[in-house]
Amino acid sequence: MQFAANIQALSHRYADREVLKNVTFTVGQGSFVGLLGANGAGKTTLFSVLTRLIRASSGSVQLFGHDLQRSPAAALATLGIVFQQPTLDLDLSVLQNLQYHGAIQGMSPSHILARAQEELERLQLWDRRHERVRRLNGGHRRRVEIARALLHKPRLLLLDEATAGLDFESRIHLQRHIRALIETQGLAVVWTTHTTEELQGDDSVILLNQGAVHAQGQLADLITKAGVSDANNLLLSLSTARS
Amino acid sequence: MKNSAYLFCFWGVLKRELQRSVQQRTRFISALVRPLLWLAVFAAGFRGTLDEQVIALYGSPVNYEVYIAPGLIGMIILFNSMQSSLSMVYDREMGSMRILLTSPLPRSYLLFCKLLAIALTSLLQVYAFLIVAFFFDVAPPALGYLTALPAILMGAFILGALGLLLASLIEQLENFAGVMNFVVFPLFFLSPALYPLNFMQDANTWVYWACVINPFTYVVELIRHALYLDLNTFALLVNLAAGTALTVGAVLGFDPARRMLYSGRPRGG
Repeated sequence: MQFAANIQALSHRYADREVLKNVTFTVGQGSFVGLLGANGAGKTTLFSVLTRLIRASSGSVQLFGHDLQRSPAAALATLGIVFQQPTLDLDLSVLQNLQYHGAIQGMSPSHILARAQEELERLQLWDRRHERVRRLNGGHRRRVEIARALLHKPRLLLLDEATAGLDFESRIHLQRHIRALIETQGLAVVWTTHTTEELQGDDSVILLNQGAVHAQGQLADLITKAGVSDANNLLLSLSTARS
Repeated sequence: MKNSAYLFCFWGVLKRELQRSVQQRTRFISALVRPLLWLAVFAAGFRGTLDEQVIALYGSPVNYEVYIAPGLIGMIILFNSMQSSLSMVYDREMGSMRILLTSPLPRSYLLFCKLLAIALTSLLQVYAFLIVAFFFDVAPPALGYLTALPAILMGAFILGALGLLLASLIEQLENFAGVMNFVVFPLFFLSPALYPLNFMQDANTWVYWACVINPFTYVVELIRHALYLDLNTFALLVNLAAGTALTVGAVLGFDPARRMLYSGRPRGG
């Protein structure tokens, strides 16, 4: 079976400490994987490796069978990314941001426009396409980032704490939208979070602790195995283990 | 990747550069006002400076405005390149640089697109300046406007590469003011932009040699000669060498694996 992502023995160190330690996991096609860990667990470093912003000290990453280092173009073309830190150009309009992204993905202007309309309509932002991003609120900016990440029809969507800083309504809207995409389009999703409320009992979860995979499996199973009452306590048990 | 993807990418990068130029109108206007002030005020005061000088290129003594115009073209290119690299530092700080770096197209190609886009926006500013400068008696041969084009483009590419190299080395937006003081002004003043090099040689040998080793000197000289239908071969060779070195430096700086552009640890969990 070909995985959406196949991460093997990934390690990375900065000068003074090892931030990823022999991380190994797979993401099935059309599946949802929650990457759970406290601040400093290594989630964002892992994200940076998966998006080729940094090169891991050792290990390998394959996206839909394409090795990220040997075939970066083919591997990156499968990825849609929403970073934790907002990455929109505030001085450009919603549509201009999408057009720029589509262009650097190698899409034709007419294809970009058609896809932008599809995605923005789905997120109820088409009417605001000519507004400068600077004028949108946080929730709408996130929606634009989601639309942008999906513009080139990626097969794997990486979301790094995409709901950070959003109000309750925007968070719920975003989660529903992403889960609907998995159902309707067979998109694989890696959802990085430290907010356990965003995960469901039957979700596949990878618990990252101090740069290493502490546990992986269905969230409900992990809770049972750890002998705790819920996901929050599961996370708490990690911090206890850390201290 | 299809070949057309490269073309669409270049068009997208150029369009964004132009959109930003248009939206930052003050940037475009100040890019014109700055050299025009030099032409209208500074050069007017020094109009007779070159009366006793015979500059081979021009054949006879020329008005100072005519002499200074290629230097001011260099100034436009220099400032636009630095502004563009400033926006690159801003992009990096704001995070939008990550989107560019996760494109499936080769990073060296993305950099080339960026450089060419910066060079083309410089070109627009230069020709807008030349139109206004015409009314200040800066009237090179008509064909000169065409022959100067590759020289201006080359100069803009070289200085764009310098700007991107600096952007990759500068860690914080706040440090950019230092670049203006320690890079832009010395590059401009230690060149034949304002005075012929023999003026410098007569005044101070050290200053003269600083001008001789300054790559901006050859950008200005290549444009000056091209504008008057002449090819300064030595300036062209120096430009080629400087362009190659700076582009290689910028490409290396653009590689996040070398931790020059995407320095330090990612922020977050």
